[in-house]
Amino acid sequence: MIRAAWALTAMMTAGTVFVADPAAAQMHGMHMPGMAMPATPAAKKPAAKTPVRPRSHAIRKASRARSAAAAATKRASSPEQPAMQESHAAMPGMAMPGMAMPAMAPSMTMPSAAACPPEHAAMGHCTPSQAPGPDAATPVGTDQPAGNAPPPAPPTTLAAARFYDPATMAAANRAMRDEHGGMRFSQILFNLAEVQARNGRDGYRWDGEGWFGGDIHRLVVKSEGEGDFGRSIESAEMQALYAKAIDPYWNLQAGVRQDLGSGAKRTYAVVGVEGLAPYWFDVEGSVFLSNRGDVLARAEAWYDQRITQHLVLQPRVELNLAAQDVPASRIGAGLSSTELGLRLRYEVAREFAPYVGLSYMHANTATARYSRARRERSVDADTGGLAVAVGIRGWF
Amino acid sequence: MTRMTRRHFLRDVGLTGAAATIPWLPAWAQPVSAGIVAPLPTVSGPDIALRVAHRMMMIDGKPSHAIGINGTTPAPLIRLRQGQTARLSVTNDLDEETSIHWHGLLVPFQMDGVPGISFPGIAARSTFTYEFPVIQAGTYWYHSHSGLQEQMGHYGPIVIDPAGVDPIASDREHVIVLSDHSPMHPHRIFQKLKQQGGYFNYQKQTLAGLVSGKDQPLGDRLMWGGMRMDPTDVSDVTGSTYTYLVNGHGPGDNWTALFQPSERVRLRIVNASAMTTFNVRIPGLKLTIVQADGLNVRPVAVDEFQIAVAETYDVIVEPDARAYSLIAEAWDRSGMARATLAPSAGMVAPVPALRKRPLATMKDMGMGGMGDMSGMGHDMPATSAPCPPEHAAMGHCKPAAASGDMLGMSHDGATMSHSMRDFANAPELPRTPTVQTVSPMPMDRTGEPPQGLADIGQEAGYKVLVYRDLVALDRNPDLRAPSRQMRIHLTGNMERYMWAFDGVKLNEVKAPIPFRQGERVRVTLVNDTMMAHPIHLHGHFFELVTGHGDHAPRKHTINVAPGGTATFDLTADAVGDWAFHCHMLYHMHAGMMQVVTVRPAGETGAEA
Repeated sequence: MIRAAWALTAMMTAGTVFVADPAAAQMHGMHMPGMAMPATPAAKKPAAKTPVRPRSHAIRKASRARSAAAAATKRASSPEQPAMQESHAAMPGMAMPGMAMPAMAPSMTMPSAAACPPEHAAMGHCTPSQAPGPDAATPVGTDQPAGNAPPPAPPTTLAAARFYDPATMAAANRAMRDEHGGMRFSQILFNLAEVQARNGRDGYRWDGEGWFGGDIHRLVVKSEGEGDFGRSIESAEMQALYAKAIDPYWNLQAGVRQDLGSGAKRTYAVVGVEGLAPYWFDVEGSVFLSNRGDVLARAEAWYDQRITQHLVLQPRVELNLAAQDVPASRIGAGLSSTELGLRLRYEVAREFAPYVGLSYMHANTATARYSRARRERSVDADTGGLAVAVGIRGWF
Repeated sequence: MTRMTRRHFLRDVGLTGAAATIPWLPAWAQPVSAGIVAPLPTVSGPDIALRVAHRMMMIDGKPSHAIGINGTTPAPLIRLRQGQTARLSVTNDLDEETSIHWHGLLVPFQMDGVPGISFPGIAARSTFTYEFPVIQAGTYWYHSHSGLQEQMGHYGPIVIDPAGVDPIASDREHVIVLSDHSPMHPHRIFQKLKQQGGYFNYQKQTLAGLVSGKDQPLGDRLMWGGMRMDPTDVSDVTGSTYTYLVNGHGPGDNWTALFQPSERVRLRIVNASAMTTFNVRIPGLKLTIVQADGLNVRPVAVDEFQIAVAETYDVIVEPDARAYSLIAEAWDRSGMARATLAPSAGMVAPVPALRKRPLATMKDMGMGGMGDMSGMGHDMPATSAPCPPEHAAMGHCKPAAASGDMLGMSHDGATMSHSMRDFANAPELPRTPTVQTVSPMPMDRTGEPPQGLADIGQEAGYKVLVYRDLVALDRNPDLRAPSRQMRIHLTGNMERYMWAFDGVKLNEVKAPIPFRQGERVRVTLVNDTMMAHPIHLHGHFFELVTGHGDHAPRKHTINVAPGGTATFDLTADAVGDWAFHCHMLYHMHAGMMQVVTVRPAGETGAEA
C-alpha cells in the first residue's frame, strides 16, 4: 500500500506540473478588466452594529441621484458607507448609465422601490413608505414589504387523483418525474484512432472510452493500446469501471483492468479520477493494483485549442508510472513511459474529425531493456521515438 | 449573373419575384420568395376538434418532419371569446402519448394539460376533451407538454377577444408565431447536449479570433478558462441546426403580413420556440408594446424588444405605404426569423445582416457590482453598498470583507474559481454536481437591457424594452402585501447539461412546493447560472416586483437574466397541482421543473 501511495503521489505531482504550469505562468500577467477595484477601501471590515436608519437614509439619497453620492458619503454615519462610495468613485471609467434611471423617470413611486427593495424593507433596513414623492405616501401592491410567515407543509397527495383514476395518475406522475432529469444516455468516444509512421516499423494506436448511465452514476469502459503492423498487438487493455460524479467537473472511477496484449495477461483493480480541470484541460489519473501485487499508475491530459470553429489543435500527454519492475509486462520501475502528442484535427462534424499529428514516445531504460530482450528488435522502436500520426477522432 | 452585394441581390430578386436557393448562403440570407401571405388557419366556436399527427412541412423549399394539428404547423389559431365555455376535443393520432397545455390560460388544474400533474395524458390513438370557462382575454398559445413534441411543431396560438370593448384599438391584426425547427430529432438534440454541452455552438472564441483581435483579450480568456466558463455560451441549441420560423415559414419563404397604409396594425407575437429567445425589431418602425403575456400594459414605444421563450407581446405599428422587414434575431445571433409587412403581396424590404454575437460578462456570472459597470442597475447602491450580515447571509450582498477576498482573487485564478461556487452565498443549496456555480452577487436585473442588447441601444434614441418599462394598464386585482417570501435558485451544470431548481432535478424532488389557497407570497428567483431562464408558472399570473406598486405587470413567464434575480408576488388562488418550470425545453427535460401545489387550509401537511 505504501508503494501505491508513492505511485499516486508521483503521478499527481507529474500531472500537476504538466497541467498547471502553463496556466500558472500565464496567470502572472493576467489582467482582469472590470475587476480593477481598488483593494484598500473595499477590504475594510464591515461595521456590524451601525444604526439602520441613517444608513438607509443615505442609500435613498445616493440612489436618487448619482451627483448626490458625495453628499451622501459625508452624511453617512456608517464606516462602510464611505468605503463603498470611495470604491465606486475610484472605479475608472465608471459611467453607470443605469443609474440615471431613464425608464423610471415617469413614475414617482419608483425611486423609493428602487432604493428599498422589498426584501430589505421586510428586514427593517429601510422603509419604502417614507420615500419622498407626491403620490407615494403609502406603498401599495408590490411596493409593500413581504412578511415572514412560515410556509405550509407540503401535501402528500396528488390533486389530480380526485378527477382521474388514482393509480393511473400515480403512474403518470412517476413517469413524468423520471422523464425530467432521470434519463440515461451513452457515448462512445475515440480520442485516438490512428496509424503511426515511425522510424522502423509502422504501427497503430488507439485510446477511447464509452459510458452509459445517468448524470451521476455511469458505467465506463475504456480501452487503449498499440501495436506494429505485421505483429501481434503489443499492448492492449480494457477497463470496466463504475463512475460517480463527485463534483461539477470530476468523476471518481473504480473497477477492473484486463491486459490483453502480447505481454502478461494481468488483471488489475483500478481507482481513478477523470474530469475537466480549470483552463479546460481534460485530465485522467488512475492507479492500478495487479493480481500479482504490482502497482502501476497513469496520468493523462489533453487540451483542445480551437483555432477556428472547425480546426482544433490537441496537445496531449500520457505518463505511465510503475512502483516496481514488471518484466513480464515489459515495464520498468519509475516513469516507465512518456507519450507526448500534438494533433491537428478538422471537425467535419463534431463527431467526426480526421487528424494529423506527431506522437513522441519515450520509454525509460528499464522498460526499453525488457522490451528489447523480449522482441530482439532495433533500439529505436523500443525506446520509442517520434512518429507521424494520421487518424480519426470520432464519437457517437 | 454578375457579382452583387447581398442586399442588392435580395432586393432585385425580390422585385422580380424569383426565388432561387443559393446553397452557400445561410437561410436568412437567401433570396426570398415573393412572400407567403396565408395567415394561419383559424378554429373557433364552443366546440373545437383538434387532431395531432405527424406530417411533413416545407421550410424554405425543403421538406422536414414535424408534428402538426389539423394538418398545419404551427397548429391552427384558436380564437375564443371571453366569457364563453371552450370545449376542445383533442385526438391523438401519434403512436405515443400527447397532451395540450393552454399556456397562460387560467383553467381548472385538471384541464391544464400536463401529463402526470394535471391529468394522465392523452394516450396514443385516443381522444380527450378539455372543457373550461374562458375568463380572460389576450394573446396566448398552446403546446404539447409530453416528451419533446413541442420542438417538432406541436404548438399554436390562442387569441381571446375581450367580452367588452378592447382597450387596444387597431384596424387590423396579425398573429406572428416565432419558433425554431430542426431536422434533427429532439431526442438526438438532447443526447448531443448531454454528450457535449457546447455541441451546437459554432461561435466559440478561437485562436484565430484572438490573433485578429476579436472577442475577449487574452487575459479575459484565461480568467474565464480558469473558471471553466465560456462567454459565448448564450444559446444551447443554435442556428447551426435550427431554422427560425415565422408562422411555420423560413426566412426564405418570407411570410408576409399585409396592411393598408395609415392603418394601426396589431401584431400578436408569440415565442413558441423550444430554446430560442428572439430580439425583435422592424427597422423603420416604432413598436408600441400594448400587451405582455396576454394582459394589457401601458403603451410603451420601443425600437426593439426581447421575447423570451413562451412569452407573448402585442405590438401596435403604424406603417407607411412601403414594405418592412420584421426581424426576429436569435439572441446568440446564430440566425434569424424573418417576415415582411407590406401593403401588397410580393413586396420586400432589405434584410439587415446578423449583428455581432454577444459575449457573457462578469455580471452574467452573478458578479453583480463587480463586472463591467455599464448598465448597472439603479438598485445597486441599495443592495451592495451597505451590507449588513443578514443580507449577506441571504446572498443579497457581500460584506466588505468578502469583497476584499474577491479583490484578492482578481490576482489569483484558483481562488476566483472557488468563489464561483461558494455555498456561503446560498447555504440552502446542496453541494452536488448539479450546482456548477453559485452567483456571488446576484442582482435584480429587470431594469437592464436583456442579454445581448446592452450595447445595441447606445445610439441616441434607440430604445430597447426592459422589464421595468412594463406597467399594467389595469389595477392589480390583489393589493395585499405578501405574508411570506421565498427564494428559488435556478441552478445548473453546463458541462454535464444538468438543470434544476434549488439544485435538485425533478426526478429527485420528493415534495411539491406548497402554497395555502389564497395566500400571497413574494418569490425571488435567483439565477445561479450563466444562462437566462424563462420561468413559467402554470395556472397563475404573478405580479413583477419592479416598482410599479398596484400596477405591477402581470405575467405567466419571466426571463431571469444570467447571474441575476427577478422577484414576483403571487396570489395562490388556483387550487390544484401546477407545473413550474424553465421554458427552455431541454432545460425542463433535464430536470429544471417542479410541482407547485395550492391547497385549501387543512389539505396541506401537518403544520398548515
